[in-house]
Amino acid sequence: MSKKYDVIIIGGGVVGSAIARELSRHKIEVALFEKEEELAFGVSKSNSGIIHPGTQNPASSLKGKLCVKGNRLTRKIARELELDFKEVGELIVAFSEEELFRLGELKSEAEKLGVPRLKIVGHKWLEKNEPNLNRKAKAALFAPTAGIISPYRLVYGLSENAQKNGVEIHTSAKAVEIDGERGAFEVFTTDGLFESKYIINAAGLFADDVAEMAGVDTFRIKARKGEEFLLDKKWEDLTRHLLFPLPSEKTKGILVIRTADGNPMIGPTAKEIEDKRDLATTDEGFKEVLSGAQKLVPGINGSDIIAYFAGLRPASGDDFIVREEKEVPGFINVAGIQSPGLTAAPAIALMVVGILKKSGLLLKKKKVFQKHRPKKMHLFAIPPSETKKLIKKNAAYGDIVCRCEMVSKGEVSEAIASGARTLDGIKFRTRAQAGRCHGSFCTTRLMKILSEKTEKPLTEITKRGEGSEIIKKDRCDG
Amino acid sequence: MKKRLTCVECPKGCVLSVDIENCMVVDIIGSECPKGKKYAADEIENPVRILTSAVLTEGLSLKMVPVRTDKPVPKNSILKAMEEVKKARISKAVPAGEIIIKNLLNLDVNLISTREVKRV
Amino acid sequence: MVERDLVIVGGGPAGMAAAISAHENGVKDILLLERDQYLGGILNQCVHTGFGVEYFKEVLTGPEYAERFIKKIKEIPEIEVSLKTFVVNLATDKSLTYLLPGKMETLRAKTLIMATGCREKTREMAHIAGTRPAGIFSAGLAQKLINVEGLLPGNKVVIVGSGDIGLIMARRFTLEGAKVKGVIEIENVSSGLVRNVVQCVEDFNIPFYLRHKITRIYGRDRVEKVDVVQVDEKGTEITDSKFEIECDTVLISVGLIPENELIEMAGIVLDEKTNSPVTDEVNKTSIPGLFVCGNSFKVYDIVDTVTRDSLEAGRLAAEYLL
Repeated sequence: MSKKYDVIIIGGGVVGSAIARELSRHKIEVALFEKEEELAFGVSKSNSGIIHPGTQNPASSLKGKLCVKGNRLTRKIARELELDFKEVGELIVAFSEEELFRLGELKSEAEKLGVPRLKIVGHKWLEKNEPNLNRKAKAALFAPTAGIISPYRLVYGLSENAQKNGVEIHTSAKAVEIDGERGAFEVFTTDGLFESKYIINAAGLFADDVAEMAGVDTFRIKARKGEEFLLDKKWEDLTRHLLFPLPSEKTKGILVIRTADGNPMIGPTAKEIEDKRDLATTDEGFKEVLSGAQKLVPGINGSDIIAYFAGLRPASGDDFIVREEKEVPGFINVAGIQSPGLTAAPAIALMVVGILKKSGLLLKKKKVFQKHRPKKMHLFAIPPSETKKLIKKNAAYGDIVCRCEMVSKGEVSEAIASGARTLDGIKFRTRAQAGRCHGSFCTTRLMKILSEKTEKPLTEITKRGEGSEIIKKDRCDG
Repeated sequence: MKKRLTCVECPKGCVLSVDIENCMVVDIIGSECPKGKKYAADEIENPVRILTSAVLTEGLSLKMVPVRTDKPVPKNSILKAMEEVKKARISKAVPAGEIIIKNLLNLDVNLISTREVKRV
Repeated sequence: MVERDLVIVGGGPAGMAAAISAHENGVKDILLLERDQYLGGILNQCVHTGFGVEYFKEVLTGPEYAERFIKKIKEIPEIEVSLKTFVVNLATDKSLTYLLPGKMETLRAKTLIMATGCREKTREMAHIAGTRPAGIFSAGLAQKLINVEGLLPGNKVVIVGSGDIGLIMARRFTLEGAKVKGVIEIENVSSGLVRNVVQCVEDFNIPFYLRHKITRIYGRDRVEKVDVVQVDEKGTEITDSKFEIECDTVLISVGLIPENELIEMAGIVLDEKTNSPVTDEVNKTSIPGLFVCGNSFKVYDIVDTVTRDSLEAGRLAAEYLL
């Protein structure tokens, strides 16, 4: 007999994880299914990590409202889950009189949405407070509530906490068929058959395919590729704020971004593409991003770029889709969650809880909800005296595996214990391999630790799941 | 028959034009020193290489022990010799210079370790 | 704070030579810190021959070259070796903090020699566009996987750049039974030694594409193919010269960079292009009594010259101290 849940969430990105955590406050059975080997391996992993204040959204938009609310909620979540949220503020920069006029429009639109403490700042202010900004900047819209967070660590924080509060998480579990209706859905996955009263579709780029399985054909997801480029960590203080040009109709343009890990990031491009698995960066993208970033900060050099990647935004029209589908009651779509999805996720989660309640699901709060998650240790993010104690208590913390980011074996083991199963999973959690040498020095050790802890042979250790094995053959196997 | 060779005796890398009859060198042009002439003759008439690789261990402090042949082996035997290296196993502690395979492929060369390996 | 006469960071050929020479020149208290569990550094994975021709007048493999110094170090009681020891911080006054399993220590060095070696340039530094699947390795990582770990990382290999490690690995993969489908070099001549071009590439009839470059890597999970294009002497792509090579592995061998993040922490200025300390004299830095030697000072072609200059670093340290 298949296991029966109250709610099944399909998709283990930031949206699915935020919903999982919110639902885990209640006395219901919840399971989350992710097709990749680990959570956050889809859209969320290539997010810029910006917690947007809510500017640059139409005042009437759902995404705008959810963004402003999400910005507030994220702070609380970051505190509860011990995540590295930093309020750095953003500047939308104007270079001409005409752009200056647009700033005023942006400001009043954002104020209608309730974005707090907005201010137009002039040339003098900018020179003083953002010294590396292009001197030709005339003025900027300053939104102090913008922040930064590590997108994947946010997903891991939310999902681990949800798990702690009873949510079942299935990875490498792709939904392939959905039958039934409210109260009695059957979900066939690559991990087996499961039943559920409700289904929440948070499948990102493939939300349209999942919806279609349930007989919902109300939207399509288009992938919009964004290429991003990371600068060396030594430029951590390149800017004090997040820098934006004036947005166009479709995108926010090429930004100069501060990140939770310290490396400034420039990008993203925005190009609609057909193949939802196309994560290639291009020479054209590189040129576009570099020149766009240099327009804001002329001092940026191509040779400072140490890493790059592409992500795909799952877009369906201009706004988010968060609704129970009329033709299939009990099936809730959370789709088209492009920017500012990371920021909005906690607000989306609350909205979904509301939809479930309205649809008739009995949601009673648990007596005990463990809202806190212990802080993930990083050796050098704590005072030296504490580092010393930690190493004394557990020798593995004194055993450095990744020399560029100074990540210890203790931290790697902790990452594996909390769910990392691949080299990318370890990287996202600990930053091992994310530094200058790109894993040249630590890959072998990480593979060995992973092999030992997961009891898998070295030939089965992967970069990001099946098909991405690192090794073709072990001499031991003849 | 004429053949072009690059001399590897020094970083200069003289390009040698070698005249060959019945697998024997009859003339060499392009060499800037006598080493080149000898190199070309050897390389045409009897090309040899030192084979270096690593051998798998069982229960020792290193998983692989680096090895080499103690004398050069004919170039055309290299891949065959490699098959033997892949099959070999070291299960006892050895110092550097120890014979791992004696008289490899009957070529009158030995495969020797180039690094010490100990018991765990 | 504990004070030591001479601390050397790095137990590869440079650090070992510096330690031996400092001792020969009269230093009585030497602490050699090595992050790995063995001395020898990268030499341990360089199982090929070609080392020692100048210094020992013999042709040795990497481990054999290292072994000669390791033996010597073990015979000198005044050299204390600390393995699995990782320096995490260095200050201008030459005090340093290091970790080892179970401990974090701080001490001040009266004299300090940094012999931290170098790292390989990455695919990202060469700005190769495309996807980021498994199967992209620096040549040195592939070398370590095969020679030290006994793991073969690929069956169909394309090598980008023709530095010596790349060439050596072309042969190494071939010997292991993999197919090396090409070595791609943007210049019109290899940056490696002639001997390696002949014995690692030509010996095995591996296609050598001079004046070519890789413009894109394909494959979602694992490398599937690469685009190769011919370039002119300015590096500009020649139209219609593009072709594909099907492969599961891309090896990057496009150069080395000195590892100098620690001395940078101590305020020593590094050259923006080479990452070497800015200085007019070999081994010296802007901080008196802080020396840098071996590949962290500048990238050397052969280890014999590393040894020569590092012996000098040991002597300089002794001179400063005594």
